Amino acid sequence: MPSNPTYYNLAHPGTTEGEEHAAHEHHHPFLQHHFEDLGQQHAASTLGMWLFLTTEILFFGAFFFGYALYRNMYPEAWRAGAHHQNWVLGTANTIVLIGSSLTMALAVWAAQTNRRKLTTLLLALTLILGTVFLGVKAYEYNEHIHEGFFPGSHYHNVVDSPALRPGVQLFMIFYFGMTGMHAVHMIIGAGLLLYFIRRAWRGDFGEEYYGPIEVMGLYWHFVDIVWIFLFPLLYLIH
Amino acid sequence: MAHKTDYEDHIGHAPAHHVTSLAVYFGIFFLLMVLTVLTVAAARVNLGVWNTPIAMAIAIAKATAVILWFMHVIHSPRLTWIVVIVSFLWLGVLFVLTFADYLTRHWSMY
Repeated sequence: MPSNPTYYNLAHPGTTEGEEHAAHEHHHPFLQHHFEDLGQQHAASTLGMWLFLTTEILFFGAFFFGYALYRNMYPEAWRAGAHHQNWVLGTANTIVLIGSSLTMALAVWAAQTNRRKLTTLLLALTLILGTVFLGVKAYEYNEHIHEGFFPGSHYHNVVDSPALRPGVQLFMIFYFGMTGMHAVHMIIGAGLLLYFIRRAWRGDFGEEYYGPIEVMGLYWHFVDIVWIFLFPLLYLIH
Repeated sequence: MAHKTDYEDHIGHAPAHHVTSLAVYFGIFFLLMVLTVLTVAAARVNLGVWNTPIAMAIAIAKATAVILWFMHVIHSPRLTWIVVIVSFLWLGVLFVLTFADYLTRHWSMY
């Protein structure tokens, strides 16, 4: 049963229906029926994930644009706001998050090389590092709130000169908005990791079928990339 | 998979079964760590107007390394390359056109 003869058989006129039929009979349990083979399924799912990431790039892009626009208007307030950030914690968190990207990438490798336990372990490590990141972030949020930097009715900035205070509040809106949205993505990623840890442990993945881990990795690395830009923009303004 | 499957003819070479070596993964991680240290060190020094461009250049280098090797775009079909590149092109449109509006608004105040 050739699923799309006009597309596939034109490219490979030599393929007979019989051959395709035989291929379909011992197909992989995770091969969806509308795909020709796992390679095609893999290509389609990574492409689909990249299209989703395109929308994510524009979603975060709007935040980055707003940041750039108001930074251009209130450069001194932005500088003051960045100085209220703990750059040591920011650096530590950057290292933790890039570390989690490494373990995520290695999990793909482990799945590709049929290492079931190592895949599970590396996914679990990714989850742990992600949780450490969120823990540090929570500590930082707590500090900001205690120092009166949370924007809104509780904003009580006694550190900066009165002229700078509204601008610093605007910076903090971007700070909480951008890191908050980033953290929401991390939490979603952590939930996905739990699901994939279970599937990896069950032995779903191997050299033939590792697409879902690859796609999970694309998401996780994207979230890492957002932080790669947030870190210098929010913590390291001179 | 001995022969080239059909979809490969349409969207470039197959992404499946390409295993990136551990040396590449750890090498990229090391590069990202070096660049992180570099960006923090650069921020400790007053480089004047060059501070932000340098920080952004380092961030772009890090993001590129992650996209190409951790996200395996370097071994992806051409179609994926197009989607990735065009994503950033659209981001460029978002920035350039919106800035073209905001940064020129005061010009009309004559």
